[in-house]
Amino acid sequence: MKAALEAQSVTKQYQSGNNTVNAVDDVSFGVGAGEFVALVGPSGSGKTTMLAMLAGLLQPTSGTIAVDGHTLSTMSEAERARFRRRKIGFTFQANNLIPYLTVLENVELMLRLNGEHDRAGRARARSLLVLLGLEERLDALPSQLSGGQQQRVAIARSLINRPAVVLADEPTASLDTERAYQVVETLANLVHEQGSAGIMVTHDLRMVEYADRVIQMLDGRVDRILSSHADLACLANPAECRMIPSDVLGYGIGTTAAMRA
Amino acid sequence: MSTAIHLAVLEIWRNKGRFALFSMVVALITVLILFVAALGEGLGTGNREFIEKLNAELIVYQDTARLSISSSRVDGDTQRAVRYVDGVREVGAVGFSSAAVMLAERADPLDVALIGVEPGKPGQPPVRTGQGLRRKNGDEAIVDRTVAAVAGLQVGDAITLRTLQGDEDEFYTLEVVGISESQKYGIRPSVFVPLLTWDTVRAKGTPGRSTTAPTGNVVAVQLEDPTQIDAARRQIEARVDGVQAVDRRTAYENTPGYTEQQSTLSTQNAFALLIGVLVIGGFFQIQTLQKVPQIGMLKAIGTSNAVVALAALLQIGVVTLLGVLIGSLATFALSLGFPPNIPIVFELNSAAIAVGSILLMGPLGGLVAIRNSLRVEPLIALGLSA
Repeated sequence: MKAALEAQSVTKQYQSGNNTVNAVDDVSFGVGAGEFVALVGPSGSGKTTMLAMLAGLLQPTSGTIAVDGHTLSTMSEAERARFRRRKIGFTFQANNLIPYLTVLENVELMLRLNGEHDRAGRARARSLLVLLGLEERLDALPSQLSGGQQQRVAIARSLINRPAVVLADEPTASLDTERAYQVVETLANLVHEQGSAGIMVTHDLRMVEYADRVIQMLDGRVDRILSSHADLACLANPAECRMIPSDVLGYGIGTTAAMRA
Repeated sequence: MSTAIHLAVLEIWRNKGRFALFSMVVALITVLILFVAALGEGLGTGNREFIEKLNAELIVYQDTARLSISSSRVDGDTQRAVRYVDGVREVGAVGFSSAAVMLAERADPLDVALIGVEPGKPGQPPVRTGQGLRRKNGDEAIVDRTVAAVAGLQVGDAITLRTLQGDEDEFYTLEVVGISESQKYGIRPSVFVPLLTWDTVRAKGTPGRSTTAPTGNVVAVQLEDPTQIDAARRQIEARVDGVQAVDRRTAYENTPGYTEQQSTLSTQNAFALLIGVLVIGGFFQIQTLQKVPQIGMLKAIGTSNAVVALAALLQIGVVTLLGVLIGSLATFALSLGFPPNIPIVFELNSAAIAVGSILLMGPLGGLVAIRNSLRVEPLIALGLSA
């Protein structure tokens, strides 16, 4: 599979007093078009920093990140902003939507930013929202939506331009279990259908059920990559395979304690 | 451009209450600034109007009076001497005093400037209705339009003036022969009478007319060539003993308190403008702080700084423009209700400068907010910083 997103020996260092801290340390991986990858790891493992670099919001200290064959580190800030709105879709934990724009307007905003706010674009936005079950809420403002509905609108916005890469930072953080599953399943399905490279940072290991691969980070490095169906199933449903996540990942993270209980 | 307009307009439209409230604040600031400007103009006009509109190029004072009209006396011989200086076309003695116009239907009489002029000579104002003064000692008067409006006078009506003669109030009835444009002096509307009549009517320690020929305070001088003011001024001062000649502007600027009054009002206006800038800038600054996550998200999804800045600038422009429009209309409506003797003058130039300043200064104040919005770091705004 051709990699739509490729990280090569990416390192990000911060100065902390006299010490140099490697938030991300020599990380390399690739994500193919149509592949949905979960980036997991404990707090401080570097996954959020990695996501910010993949989005072009943060420059690596060394190494390269290429999206759809374009190296982000050689671009100016303005070029990266332009590239982001064309090639990268983004879903955040919160503050995803413009509060004074309706559901449809929020999704169409990406079309406007890219100069594609034509009839075909508007029809695509509408059908994407219908696909996400929001046909009754097109004219609603974000404040009139539930958390799950807001995240689905954010997913629609991140996918409307058919980006090469879709990045999601803890998209289920504020959702209950049922809605969290719905949101991630929808995101994974659309990533597969559109042929984008999808990366989701999550603490919630149950959500990896929909991932094609799990990249586990620890202390700024890629600790292991899980891709076998059995491993992912165990990670998502430890009770069923009589394991706990730490047995799979080699340490306890996220919801491990809750799962044991 | 269109995305910035789209974002700016929809945010205003869907937050109408908040933006309308702020437009009202801008409107109130506009009213304040326009009224201070109008008050400055009104007081300035009230002090200088007669001299500014005087149909003469030079005003001659007694040299020891140091350009104080009330301290100056220019007698007939001096007036004649000025008349015969080369380049002088005509002169007219002008005397200044004060009186009260008795109003039929009101308890309080109207204080006016009583100005004695020589019929047909420089100093007598042009009339817009009626005619000029006809006789040197006639019991007739020209009233300016403010007096006419307040007292309800028309040409041919009688006007009663009250002045203090010795220890007693005396009343003089004159016929209104003409009505002039507004001719305020000393922040009072004016009544013009022949100089001889003025000498009788003006307040004095001893009642009656002066035993000698009446003496005006100053002499208004018309020149053959109005462009040669400076040369004529030097000629008069060289040829006539004991006089000082100045142009109209110098004359009214040396009216006691005029410059100080104008600089005080200018300072007030500057402070009002400064407050306007701080309020408008402060509002958008607070709004920017409230929108940090939203701006961060916009920048994260690839919105350019130009779109973010333009949207903010458009909002500032719309809110300020709306506020200024409402404020200007409200000021205009309020001004219609003011009685004509209140010294408030809405002069187009000074009103345009005040309005233009708010329109310009508001967005300038908001630039700080725009600069801050461009500095919003998406990573921090979205909580993505490691």
